[in-house]
Amino acid sequence: MRYVMVIDTLKCVGCSDCVVACQTENDVPFGYCRDWVTETVTGTYPHVEMELRSERCNHCENPPCVRTCPTGASHVAEGGIVVVTGNECIGCGACIESCPYDARYQHPEEGYVDKCTFCIHRVEKGLKPACVSVCPTRCMYFGDIHDPNSEVAKLLAERKYKVLAPEAGTKPRIYYLI
Amino acid sequence: MKTTRRQFIKISSLGIGGAAIAGSGFSMIDFFNLKSKKRTYDLSELNRYPTYCDVCFWKCAGWAYTNKAGKIIKLEGNKKDTHCRGRFCPRGTGGLGMYYDKDRLKTPLIRVEKDGKQSFREASWEEALELVASKMKGIRDKYGQESFALIKHGTPGKHFEHLFNAYGSDTIAEPAYAQCRGPRAEGFKLTFGTTVGSPEATDIRDAKCIVLIGSHIGENMHNSQVQELSDAIDRGISIITVDPRLSTVANKSKYWLPIRPSTDIALLLSWIHVLIYEGLYDKPYVDKYCSGFEELKEHVRHFTPEWAYNITDIKPKKIRDSAREMAKASPAVIVHPGRHVVWYGDDTQRTRAIAILNALLGSWGRRGGFYFKEKKKIPNYPHPGYPEPKWTWKDLNKKYPFAHSGITTEVIRASIPGVDGEHKVKAWMVAGTNLTQSIPDKNLTLKAIENLEFLVVVDLMPMEITGYADVILPECSYLERYDPIRSSTFRTPSIALRSPAAKPKYKSKPAWWMAKQLGKKLGLNEYFNYDDYAEVLDWQLKQIGTSLEEMKKIGVKNFERESGALYLKDNENYRFKTPSGKIELYSKKLKDAGFDPMPIYVAHAKPDEKYYRLIYGRAPMHTFSKTINNPYLNDLKDENFIWINPRIAKIWNIKRNQKIWIKNQDGIISKFPVKVRLTERIRWDSVYMVHGFGHDNKNLSRAYGKGASDSDMITNIKTDPLMGGTGLRENFITFLLDNPHKNVEL
Repeated sequence: MRYVMVIDTLKCVGCSDCVVACQTENDVPFGYCRDWVTETVTGTYPHVEMELRSERCNHCENPPCVRTCPTGASHVAEGGIVVVTGNECIGCGACIESCPYDARYQHPEEGYVDKCTFCIHRVEKGLKPACVSVCPTRCMYFGDIHDPNSEVAKLLAERKYKVLAPEAGTKPRIYYLI
Repeated sequence: MKTTRRQFIKISSLGIGGAAIAGSGFSMIDFFNLKSKKRTYDLSELNRYPTYCDVCFWKCAGWAYTNKAGKIIKLEGNKKDTHCRGRFCPRGTGGLGMYYDKDRLKTPLIRVEKDGKQSFREASWEEALELVASKMKGIRDKYGQESFALIKHGTPGKHFEHLFNAYGSDTIAEPAYAQCRGPRAEGFKLTFGTTVGSPEATDIRDAKCIVLIGSHIGENMHNSQVQELSDAIDRGISIITVDPRLSTVANKSKYWLPIRPSTDIALLLSWIHVLIYEGLYDKPYVDKYCSGFEELKEHVRHFTPEWAYNITDIKPKKIRDSAREMAKASPAVIVHPGRHVVWYGDDTQRTRAIAILNALLGSWGRRGGFYFKEKKKIPNYPHPGYPEPKWTWKDLNKKYPFAHSGITTEVIRASIPGVDGEHKVKAWMVAGTNLTQSIPDKNLTLKAIENLEFLVVVDLMPMEITGYADVILPECSYLERYDPIRSSTFRTPSIALRSPAAKPKYKSKPAWWMAKQLGKKLGLNEYFNYDDYAEVLDWQLKQIGTSLEEMKKIGVKNFERESGALYLKDNENYRFKTPSGKIELYSKKLKDAGFDPMPIYVAHAKPDEKYYRLIYGRAPMHTFSKTINNPYLNDLKDENFIWINPRIAKIWNIKRNQKIWIKNQDGIISKFPVKVRLTERIRWDSVYMVHGFGHDNKNLSRAYGKGASDSDMITNIKTDPLMGGTGLRENFITFLLDNPHKNVEL
């Protein structure tokens, strides 16, 4: 089993509902976020194009944050999810520095490093991550890429996609349909 | 404003803000405890209360979840609800912030004057309501109750509308009409005999092509439309977007027409020309259902794409190709009527052109076009008939023969001596609308306020309008109250319940309670024959086969249609609700009233050198000025930017993120600076801003001084002669690179 997320940039409108849903689901303090939306614009008026992306931890296959963590708080859990055990984290920030996606932050009150968990507490109960289940455009898909019948596997088989910063060699597992 | 009688009062400068917090039993510490305590909860273990969202007018139904301590921790859409299909938009998800916002109004306040200095002091509900009631009586005795006007928006407005009607005043208006969707209502009514409703009866679910004219679905989060359009993208819908800006949806379009602003009617006429002269229109539909086709054909004879090119900057080939694209999808095609359509003062005529285009494509009453909408009728809770007012909002609208709702700007004009003849309005209640931000030409509004004998404001937040009030009544948030049953037009009729998930914070109260108390004080008890609004709801729900008890469990109830099919049947004989019974391509009604029976293009003013047309719009996480202070939504977007094309910025030597001030054609300068966003997404002759920012009330601690107010820049109003809509897009701005203000505290 390998959990991944597939996000359709052709449908995303950048509304940031994923961000608020994550904040209320996971107690993310104001001023911080586990997911965010980026916009890139190319061309000159009127020959312009843009891309909107909901971004978060890429739950990499080769995660630098796990390698750099001195205590083992950052680790790979079942389904390939990269997670942080809060009470093992010493807040050294090495993982934050090593992440090419800038996906981690230090919790201002608790001190540990926090990031997207793919809402594993929901997934365990058969629910989708909060961002996926709230998205009004249904542009986000979550599932097991090893299951050829899963929505994510089918989409990746049929559609053109990309990952972010492939040159970093992290083997990211968030796929963007383009 | 030169302060005279009515100084603007900043509530917190009086020290009462702190007192109110102490008295409320609420503190920021509670709030942060809630935020920081790690929780992994199971929604099924939580209590849930049905509500429908109050962050915008789409009114999506959902659930407010509370934990064991009774705290509201999460909002989610109701899966049975057609407006949201279980998915709130960011504002609905973040609606929680309206409840938790520490800047909320906390207690009734009364304006007092001491040693020439005006301030607010805390008051009890009894005292504040007694004062409002005595003023209502005073206005009634002195001028007649009609002189007390109600300006309202949203659900609180409904409760006060009932109060005002019982009191004998129908001098009622809401900015949602003449400052927003009024022209569309009248343009479609003149053509099809009916309006498009809200949510609009656009059958995006089954459309093959959609045409958006300045309408930016996805930036406006009109929930079910966003969802249906997204599904349609999966199905391969072709989108045609007309916008001087590469909007989010323009970027998803097969055809983006980057039009020169203010020339939309020329484009529409040339599309009509192509459809008719290339024989692409739905001939059987037009023959059967439309009148005035020959007149229309003659009318558009010369409006070729080549003619339109000179006006719109859109190449003739693109005009032809996009028209053919629509025809290819016909009748499963929607030329979207838009929603905020008060642009250039000829807006009813522009929406008429949109309606005519839809008629030629045969989309009205067809699958994938416009469906026949239906809503559930909710019987009124029994009360005596309303007294007949001597005059109403209709008398203020006399200049505008096609206005079918109160025009807020006319109420404002009638509140100023010597502006338009009679000075009939002497006092206002303003409920749920921040008038100084939602109405253009702020100075006129302030002048009216200056002349009022009394102003009472009902709001959740210390919006700017509260600073001008004599009495402020703090309303509780939608998560703390009952409200009227939601019954909107849609494919299937449905109802939704709003019920309290928590007790009102501070001393705030629901609007229904305020209206009832005022009614009692005015001797109108028989109009408020209940102790709790729950009784009204239960009675109404029982009339339609359900109950409050059932609705508390399900939140939403969908009903079978009773009005017939969603679409026209093949060759069905159908009578439209127009005078001729046909879709009126040529409007005799308009002709008889002295207006153009078919839309014509009239050139509008262009910006002078070094000035740029101000275009404004929405961001998906905000609803006008209402949400800027909401902690969740403010976290997503806490300021607006002014979008400037990089080529223009180069001329000015303006850099990215530079803070500049803006000045309009009438010399009005923004109070606060706004950051520059250099982007190729905007035309050279225009600038763009998201509406609702630039709050200047310090009590809105997160919103104060963040970004600039587009509303302040809108002082040139192009009034629609048909229905009084206030065209807002003929305002031009220039840039000031140095701070023009002295001593503006930021």
